[in-house]
Amino acid sequence: MAQIKKAEGFIDWLDQRLAVKAFMRVMMSEYWIPKNINFLWAMGVVLIALFAVLLVTGLLLLMYYKPDVALAFDSVNYTIMQEVEYGWLWRHMHGVAASATFLIIYIHLFTGIYYGSYKKGREMIWLTGMVLFVAFSAEAFSGYMLPWGQMSYWAAQVITNLFSGIPVIGDAVVIWIRGDYVVADATLTRFFMLHVVLLPLVILAVIAVHFYTLRFPHVNNQDSVELDFEAEAKTYKEGRVKESNVVPFWPVFLSKDFFVVGFFMTFFFFLVCYHFDFAMDPINFEPANSMKTPAHIYPEWYFLWNYEVLRGFFFDIGGIAAMDIGLIAFVFANTVFFLLPFLDRNTMHTAPAHKRPAFFVWFWLLVVDMIVLTIYGKLPPTGVNAWVGFFAAVLFLGLFIVLPIITKYEAKKGEKA
Amino acid sequence: MREVKILAIVVFFTAVTYWGVEPYAHSQMHPHVAPADFGFKEMEPLHVNGNADNGKLLVEANCIACHGIKSLGLEAPMSPEDAASSYGVVPPDLSHAGVIYDKNYLAGFLKDPVRATKLSHKFNDAKPYAMPSYGFFSDQEIADVVAYLQNIVATKPSDKGVFEEACGRCHSMKYDALKAQTPSASMKNYLGAEAPDLSMMIRSKKAEYLSTFINEPLKMVEGIAMPRVGLSEASQQQVIAYIEKVGDRKKAERESLGVKLIGFMAIFTLIAYLWKVSIWKRAA
Repeated sequence: MAQIKKAEGFIDWLDQRLAVKAFMRVMMSEYWIPKNINFLWAMGVVLIALFAVLLVTGLLLLMYYKPDVALAFDSVNYTIMQEVEYGWLWRHMHGVAASATFLIIYIHLFTGIYYGSYKKGREMIWLTGMVLFVAFSAEAFSGYMLPWGQMSYWAAQVITNLFSGIPVIGDAVVIWIRGDYVVADATLTRFFMLHVVLLPLVILAVIAVHFYTLRFPHVNNQDSVELDFEAEAKTYKEGRVKESNVVPFWPVFLSKDFFVVGFFMTFFFFLVCYHFDFAMDPINFEPANSMKTPAHIYPEWYFLWNYEVLRGFFFDIGGIAAMDIGLIAFVFANTVFFLLPFLDRNTMHTAPAHKRPAFFVWFWLLVVDMIVLTIYGKLPPTGVNAWVGFFAAVLFLGLFIVLPIITKYEAKKGEKA
Repeated sequence: MREVKILAIVVFFTAVTYWGVEPYAHSQMHPHVAPADFGFKEMEPLHVNGNADNGKLLVEANCIACHGIKSLGLEAPMSPEDAASSYGVVPPDLSHAGVIYDKNYLAGFLKDPVRATKLSHKFNDAKPYAMPSYGFFSDQEIADVVAYLQNIVATKPSDKGVFEEACGRCHSMKYDALKAQTPSASMKNYLGAEAPDLSMMIRSKKAEYLSTFINEPLKMVEGIAMPRVGLSEASQQQVIAYIEKVGDRKKAERESLGVKLIGFMAIFTLIAYLWKVSIWKRAA
């Protein structure tokens, strides 16, 4: 047991029992971050801020929400939006933050790809990040069902039905997920459980693991240079802060993040109060009606690229049904990002994309293709739209098939040089 | 200025994506239609001046057997339930009909209700419309009835009043404790569809859509059971104002709070920036 002395003050009292000073050093003032970074490195902290908004507003909404098909719509649209003081604000913040979270996740993800932050010791950062992406997707989907509007119901209908594509057990799986033969009260209540308990627990745990995975390989920098963190930290601690290539997480790194978070949240509140339709689809303000199919069913914008890969294959090829090809492509699209560190065959070389010519082209083709998929995922899939969707989906699959080839070639060229 | 360049790239791709999934996608899903026609141009306008005194006699002889005129103390002859089961739908009270509905529309409606409401896909000789046609009236008599209905309106109806008379026979407004006068079972039987509750319509359809839709529902939704109601532009605005008041009650609060929230975050950002600059000057 530690030697307990009479405390010199509250902090010292705590320190003797919890080692708070050592803890703060490890987590904050001596957690070293490269100096050579840009604002894209603040996206993680922006995501934490948004997650905090989601958590707090979610708790407030939970006090009035009723997970019952007969009560859900009115508990959201009347009780919360009209009766509860500032209930509308919590709901708007919750809805807009969900959408904004995905925007930042995509920026965060593309930043990781661009600067090669997914490989050479950073594979676990990438993999836990992808687990978070999937967990947030499930969280967003389950949350979207809760207001029990038209889009809640029909999106649930369409998405749960996708599982019927699983060979042999598909139909049984759909019923198991729904808890009923159709999307009904049992479905709403179980997705409510997922949204407010199970998935948030998973997300909190994986966020902690995601942070932990950063500690050993350290944060990347914008020239993807490998730093000797111990030596750099020593230089910093000796007071030669200008010479050192690192800064402590607190207060130096976070002081910049606070600024970026503030900048983003200013825009966020503009969206919350004046421009929220993109995140709160008007169709979902119509109560769920199983007898009335909306003219256009589409997921939220952040799932559209995925959705378009699914429906891009609209004709049978070689005797395989269009729906099956689409489902296979859909499963591929949802797993292939996990494999990115292993598809990049130039494993020992890390550099930003602008120093990797072939990869640079690949990266921007991926960005543009995913935006095309996103836009065409919303447009009615008729005429030329269906073909644009088809070719964009093929390009998406093709990009991941050629990635090992171009990176292998890049590795060989690197060896010669 | 590398950061500014990166920001410009991020903003550009975000903006393109936004444009594609919002304004562009919606323009493709909901093609533009001509704005609402409050002139009711396809109906022949009234070109005789009505005589309200003669109109009074005509209304007393022809209308009040089914319609009430509450402002004159004339209650509807039947209870809403009885009226709904007799006619299919509760006949409207005529207290403010003279100002709520457009003059030319009223005249066209009296002559040929199915044509004026554009419900020929719902009603025909086999299934007649509840309101009989007064095509046998002369133009002068039609004008007299319209003049009388205009004449009896003493006070302008409230926004809610217009809604109750023009929409409330079929539509409920649950969030304002307003129940449709016609029971929903009768509605379904009468028009082949239930009339939706309008509490959240302002959020699900938006004011811009409603301003075209109410004037001519068929133009926006093919085969829809909702009639063209024939509201004047001013009374339609009152209806939309009421729908907004019920469905988006916190709009004013939202818009005034927005400025404060943005201002708060802007000040936070400025302070954070100054703090960042001072820290990086010393410690980085």
